[in-house]
Amino acid sequence: MTYIAKPKFHHPGLKKNDLGYTHRDYEGKISTLCAGCGHDSITASIIEACYELSIEPHRVAKISGIGCSSKTPDYFLGNSHGFNSVHGRMPSVLTGANLANRDLIYLGVSGDGDSASIGFGQFAHSIRRGVNMTYIVENNGVYGLTKGQFSATADRGSKSKKGVMNTDNAIDLVAIALQLGASFVARSFSGDKTQLVPLIAAAIRHKGASFIDVISPCIAFNNHAGSTKSFDYVREHNDAVNRLDVLTGRDPITVDYAPGTVQVVEQHDGTRLALRKIDADYDASDRLAAMTFLQKHAAKGQVVTGLLYVDPDAEDLHTHLDTVETPLNTLEAEDLCPGSAALEKINASLR
Amino acid sequence: MPDQSPISSVNDFVVRFANVNGSGSASANELFARSILRHGVPVSPRNIFPSNIQGLPTWYEVRVTEAGHLGARGGVDMMVAMNPQTWDKDVASIEPGGYLFYDSTKPMPSSKFRSDITVIGVPLTAITNSTYTDPRQRQLFKNIIYLGALCALLDMDPKLIEQLIGEQYKGKEKLLSSNVHALHLGRDWALQNLKCPIGLQVKKADKVGDRIFIEGNSAAALGAVYGGATVCAWYPITPSSSVAEAFTSHCKKLRHDPKTGKAKYAIVQGEDELASIGIVIGASWNGARAFTATSGPGISLMTEFIGLSYFAEIPAVIMNIQRAGPSTGMPTRTQQCDIIACAYASHGDTKHVLLFPEDPAEAFEFAAQSFDLADRLQTMIFLMLDLDIGMNNRLCRPLKWDDARQYDRGKVMTAAMLDEPGRDFGRYLDVDGDGIPYRTYPGTHPTKGSFFTRGTSRDRYARYSEEGAVYADNMQRLVRKFETAQDMVPRPLQANAAKPTKYGVIYFGSTSPAMDEAIGLLEARGHQLDRMRIRAFPFHSSVASFIADHDFVYVVEQNRDAQLRQLIVNENGIDPVRLVPILHYDGTPITARFIANAIGDHQDHLKVTPLRKAVS
Ligand SMILES: Cc1ncc(C[n+]2csc(CCOP(=O)(O)OP(=O)(O)O)c2C)c(N)n1
Ligand code: SF4
Repeated sequence: MTYIAKPKFHHPGLKKNDLGYTHRDYEGKISTLCAGCGHDSITASIIEACYELSIEPHRVAKISGIGCSSKTPDYFLGNSHGFNSVHGRMPSVLTGANLANRDLIYLGVSGDGDSASIGFGQFAHSIRRGVNMTYIVENNGVYGLTKGQFSATADRGSKSKKGVMNTDNAIDLVAIALQLGASFVARSFSGDKTQLVPLIAAAIRHKGASFIDVISPCIAFNNHAGSTKSFDYVREHNDAVNRLDVLTGRDPITVDYAPGTVQVVEQHDGTRLALRKIDADYDASDRLAAMTFLQKHAAKGQVVTGLLYVDPDAEDLHTHLDTVETPLNTLEAEDLCPGSAALEKINASLR
Repeated sequence: MPDQSPISSVNDFVVRFANVNGSGSASANELFARSILRHGVPVSPRNIFPSNIQGLPTWYEVRVTEAGHLGARGGVDMMVAMNPQTWDKDVASIEPGGYLFYDSTKPMPSSKFRSDITVIGVPLTAITNSTYTDPRQRQLFKNIIYLGALCALLDMDPKLIEQLIGEQYKGKEKLLSSNVHALHLGRDWALQNLKCPIGLQVKKADKVGDRIFIEGNSAAALGAVYGGATVCAWYPITPSSSVAEAFTSHCKKLRHDPKTGKAKYAIVQGEDELASIGIVIGASWNGARAFTATSGPGISLMTEFIGLSYFAEIPAVIMNIQRAGPSTGMPTRTQQCDIIACAYASHGDTKHVLLFPEDPAEAFEFAAQSFDLADRLQTMIFLMLDLDIGMNNRLCRPLKWDDARQYDRGKVMTAAMLDEPGRDFGRYLDVDGDGIPYRTYPGTHPTKGSFFTRGTSRDRYARYSEEGAVYADNMQRLVRKFETAQDMVPRPLQANAAKPTKYGVIYFGSTSPAMDEAIGLLEARGHQLDRMRIRAFPFHSSVASFIADHDFVYVVEQNRDAQLRQLIVNENGIDPVRLVPILHYDGTPITARFIANAIGDHQDHLKVTPLRKAVS
């Protein structure tokens, strides 16, 4: 059996969150990815973020495509339903699931091959529709599961493990998400948990299409010299625009708060994002500025990380479709079926 | 005077209108068909249109049929030739003794007519131009004027047409009166200048009863509303677009919460068919009833997801309105050509449930039922319509709904069930021996019942596994499930010939009305046939018995490769020699004449001795 069960033992002394859940309640099966894969660190950050937010694990639906990255939903939130769909099609499956039940939290996990190549269209359209989701791309610049081919996010001029030079231009998913109207756009690095955990938490809290591109080195096929998605490369070229805290309490004042360095963004659900600015001019509420900022730094070979853009008043697809508050999957015949009297009227109009 | 005596027939003839696409003739032509219905005379109309928007030829054919034959008949008794582009072809297609109605504003050389038909000229352009100045009005009212002239020629009651115009423009007095005026303009001109009525006439009868006149696509969409579909994702393609469009308009009228005005449905126009079926699968996985409507090329794109639905056991409904393939084929012509593509869609070993409604009434019923079936079987259900039913108004029995009917959501485990002591939830456990496992909706229970859905092989507890025995066990259960489906899907309907016979005929879907009529024609030729109308795949056991009970069985279909026959042979292990294919695939709807000729010729060839004589 290729499936590895995790022992269910919980240490009685484990720390509990507001709902009384321990960290273990947010874990899933034991990962079968390569030891040291960036994707496992992202899994850990998702677990941490959900724990900190005191989410009920079973109220999350985790949906993915195909690839090493897309396997990861099996490794977190073991008590929630997961769906490992087909290559590149996570966004449509997630969109459908979201339409059926607006009350769950939707986590979409994908790879750069999954989202920037075969699923590029679905990625784009789910973002432009404003599906209320947290869309995480675990971006390693290669196809991990099929053993090391370049993906569409591989930078031009970067080298494969076999030394082949990539001559195609790279797709920057963050730039595209911004252009398509995502209302929460961030980039992070799998090795930077301090930055990634609050970003994921804020994205989950955000009502609308949240997109996080996480550079996640593939230690098997893309962690060598010449790669621009390796641990070393990203560490050396990372330029974080802000550090983020998600404040779920009513009182936004924290010890870190110091006027002039913190920008507080209030989201629709009452949570506040406290952005501790590193770059003094960075304004995360200006989509256009974010696009320019990104391009400027990319030209310098810098990987900009942090929350690049957020629209706290975002609307989602359900708002656009003006659907009822009750989840559609709970409506029954009495709510949905117009009945025989209405049908008689329709018959009469057709004579 | 024509050198052939003019056809003389009351309530039994075919009128064909030849128009230019985009000239606004469609509504006048439909008005003509409806007004004959109001005379109590059944009609069977058909749109014959090109795959472009403007300028190309389009035809609308109305079969007036007091006997109630709803299949296409073939042949044209009266041609209303409004398209100079297709003049020669249109004139050639008139039956000897038939009638040609044309715009005589510009004189035509006699070589443009035929000597064996009656030519009726009305200076339509001259009349319209002298009455209207606005070019758009000229175009639109010209159509109503020829309708008025036909009203006089065919001896129709103008009051009934006025009534219909009144219903159409209720509350829009100006439009109403101007249309009625145009109608009389044409009618009066004909009465004053032509010999009215001609040999073809409409007389009041009482042959329509309480039947309704509706398109299959609209009926199927209404079935989706009644069946509880809440999510529809689609991508435009002829001839299926009107399913989603009708679903949208039905929902707007029937599915808004009276208190808040909010929608109890979600309709998304996907970016393509891949997204549409993905949305459907995601919604169904999460417990909503969801469907998409498409046609052949869309089915091709959806096949990867169809395999996922089969293997991961996710309910979904696809309405496939078939058109002529392969590839883009003839996008606006009808065929029944996706049988094999749908029955075995996707890679690996798959089998899918197909439903074959014969008319809009059944399209409504089967559409509603398909959501119960999808939920009960946790699999993809294909509702197989075609352009001929989908995009043409058909006369059919009124739609019926039983208010006591509840949706059958199939085997769904609730939180309370999961908490029952001793309950073992395994997503793919065959608890009842019918091959159908229990599922849970996401979010059901904090600690029990969650599972990981995937297209990869897994064990009975939904745990990833590539062990051969585990995989085979799962595949065998899927076969068991498909066998269970046999007794859930609509059964075939059988009718015996008036006299005992060794021959049978199998047919399905939109062939139905042509077949009903063909049986009569064959009887008149001395051929008796027992018949079976197949309404679903998997085939019920009675299909094999029907074949076993006859020496030969004709299988009538509208495709080149005898796809239903292939499926019967393949699934029931029947000797193919016993199934004689009768195939019609030029993109036009199959006619009774075609079936009767093809089967009749074959029967004559067999030099059949009627069984009655042999045993007497
Ligand atoms: C239709 C289809 N084509 C190709 C594949 C093969 N395939 C599986 S995973 C994958 C690429 C995965 O790359 P990425 O999304 O970047 O994920 P990673 O493995 O790098 O995390 C490919 C091409 C497939 N499963 N389905
Ligand atoms: S191949 Fe690369 S992406 Fe896949 S698990 Fe190994 S390290 Fe991770």
